[in-house]
Amino acid sequence: MLKRAKTWGPSVLLLAPTIILVGVFVYWLIIENFRVSLTNQHTAKPSNKYVGFENYTNLLADPNFQHSLWNLLILTVVFLGGTLIFGFLWAWILEQPAKGEGFFRSVYLFPMSVSFIASGVVWRWLLSSLQTSQPGGERTTGLNRLLDSVGLGALQNDWWSNPTWGIAAIAVPAIWQLSGYVMALFLAGFRGIPDELREAARIDGCTEWKLYRHVIFPQLSPVMLSAVIIIGHMSLKLFDLIRAIVPDANTYDVQVPATMMWVKYIGSDYADAAAIGTILLVLVALVVIPYLWYTSRMEKR
Amino acid sequence: MRRRLSLLAGVAALGLTLAGCGGGGDTPSDNGNAKDATGKVGVFTWWADGSEKAGLDALVGVFNKDFPNVTFDNLAVAGGAGSQAKSVLAAQLKAGNPPDSFQAHAGAELQDYIDADQLEDLSSFYKDNDLSSQFPKDLVDRLTVDGKIYSVPSNIHRANVVWANVEVLKKAGIDPEKPAENLDGWFADMDKIKATGVIPLAVAGSWTQVQLFENVLLSSLGVDGYNGLWDGKTDWKSAEVTTAIKAYEKALSYTNTDRDSLSDWAPATQLVQDGAAAYNVMGDWAEAKFAQDGDKSGVDYTYFPTPGTAGVFDFLADSFTLPKGAPNPAGAKAWLTTIGSAEGQTAFNKVKGSIPANTTAKTDDFSEYQKSAIKDFSQDKIVSSLAHGAAVPVAWLNDLSTAVSKFGGDKNVDGLQSSAAAIAAKFAK
Repeated sequence: MLKRAKTWGPSVLLLAPTIILVGVFVYWLIIENFRVSLTNQHTAKPSNKYVGFENYTNLLADPNFQHSLWNLLILTVVFLGGTLIFGFLWAWILEQPAKGEGFFRSVYLFPMSVSFIASGVVWRWLLSSLQTSQPGGERTTGLNRLLDSVGLGALQNDWWSNPTWGIAAIAVPAIWQLSGYVMALFLAGFRGIPDELREAARIDGCTEWKLYRHVIFPQLSPVMLSAVIIIGHMSLKLFDLIRAIVPDANTYDVQVPATMMWVKYIGSDYADAAAIGTILLVLVALVVIPYLWYTSRMEKR
Repeated sequence: MRRRLSLLAGVAALGLTLAGCGGGGDTPSDNGNAKDATGKVGVFTWWADGSEKAGLDALVGVFNKDFPNVTFDNLAVAGGAGSQAKSVLAAQLKAGNPPDSFQAHAGAELQDYIDADQLEDLSSFYKDNDLSSQFPKDLVDRLTVDGKIYSVPSNIHRANVVWANVEVLKKAGIDPEKPAENLDGWFADMDKIKATGVIPLAVAGSWTQVQLFENVLLSSLGVDGYNGLWDGKTDWKSAEVTTAIKAYEKALSYTNTDRDSLSDWAPATQLVQDGAAAYNVMGDWAEAKFAQDGDKSGVDYTYFPTPGTAGVFDFLADSFTLPKGAPNPAGAKAWLTTIGSAEGQTAFNKVKGSIPANTTAKTDDFSEYQKSAIKDFSQDKIVSSLAHGAAVPVAWLNDLSTAVSKFGGDKNVDGLQSSAAAIAAKFAK
């Protein structure tokens, strides 16, 4: 008995701090959050009556919440598409033997080192919705001013001040910030493909396109999956960037579940805020858990 | 060696968990007297910069003279008409870790804190300092909940004021001395201004739009109709409300298109100061901004009650509280004594541009605007502001703000009206 304790004892002791801390500050809080979401705690007044899943059904029936879910979908699709396209493109360019690779790699990666809050303040100015043709248009700043001065004035638009597509404008700074990261992932993927494979394919008479289509892309798919998971779950939880760009948390145009949760929390509607939190957790879990399952299965193989 | 390492890890783990559970202990709920207050008093506000910070500094000056044994600890949090500060405060109160005193809008906003049992009853404090007779009855009535008073008001603001650029008005052929008498007349003036290529009406992000909405409602529905919206006597689905919302839609059509990008009220008021816009509906804290920037009343800018609301004072007041479990209740009472005192109110309000809640405060050297506001407050009909938490609790205001923000994008009159009605039904008692 003592002998066995000696073998597993130290490892349990080493793991204990993590298990306890994660247990309390992650899992217990998730349970507590879920408990609050089942109560009728809609005001600051303490009330702990359980109402089952009423908060969830009310939220899902609320057009404002539906709008925020729709916004989240647009944001995620644009954000994912943008980072994957730019990330892959840059990685592909850098992968070609050319001078200055190290320099450009740093240039593309650099935006990632800026916090969302800091870049958001700059993007708030860049994405100003005022256009030169509107009254007071002489105050136009940011991208609209830039477009006007290079003769593309017709392309000026409202950016995020649009109830339907406004959220896509928020994806622009997010893409700018994280494309470099996806590039680094793809670059590592490219480097992991041995030159012998390419040479063999060329000797067998592959064209450049067929080489990519049948040799390179299949080997990049695990990298692609990682990128989708990482960017996807960031997009679902995106909050700070929106808060930094849009001055008021209550702005309908760019409402996503994360910002709506905050607004509810400020209004002391703890039950609804907790319910939105749980819905967000489920959405992220839907993305992450299949991935974890897939990777663990791959490792076992 | 290995065993010692694991032991170390175990000890570290224990320490961490203990640290996680520690803190937040009980505090004695002994309510001392202001006279023998000592130590530090932490006061939570959202007066972090500009005229508001200057006012707070003046108030602290009086406090230090009144109570030299107490040190003032400034816990101000900046941003968004207090919305950032309120979230910080909510977290602190929820954690049972309140400041000694915090700022809250008088009126419905206090209700949340009272419901949550987070405030001490200050009725005896009022009696001891004979405050009820020094504050206007209208104000004391609005502070009283079930016969108890929970806060001491420091200042009174008016939310239905239009600030205008004199030069822009003259250029459009409008007499700055004679403002329009109702909304239709005002919209006609705005058409003239629009023709000169200037933005007629400046507005900023969500809460300033709610304030504009509130002004239009008040002007269109009148005092009784407006008050009825909050106590259920006015039907949100009525034709009068439809007319009011249509008027709001028209008012929005005169505003700057980049309204949602303006971070707070000040950039919108700045547009009027710069001559880029003619009018701005804003509370009278704008007066302090004009004064600070060296603009002269009557020459550079002028002000008048929102057309259709002359003789009505759309009121909000800041007030200070004594939270339950405050670490230094005696110090907090000392602070509240200074807040309620005539000297404290004079020093604070002169700088902040508001009017003193205490009617015995000296106001001889106040600005022209402030004197007119003091006169109006004493004779006008008083209504509670929506946008500043005087009329409805925070949750109601939040939902309505979302609806108003949505309306800014889709201009759907039926949509705003039906959601406002649904919100009112949800929160009405």
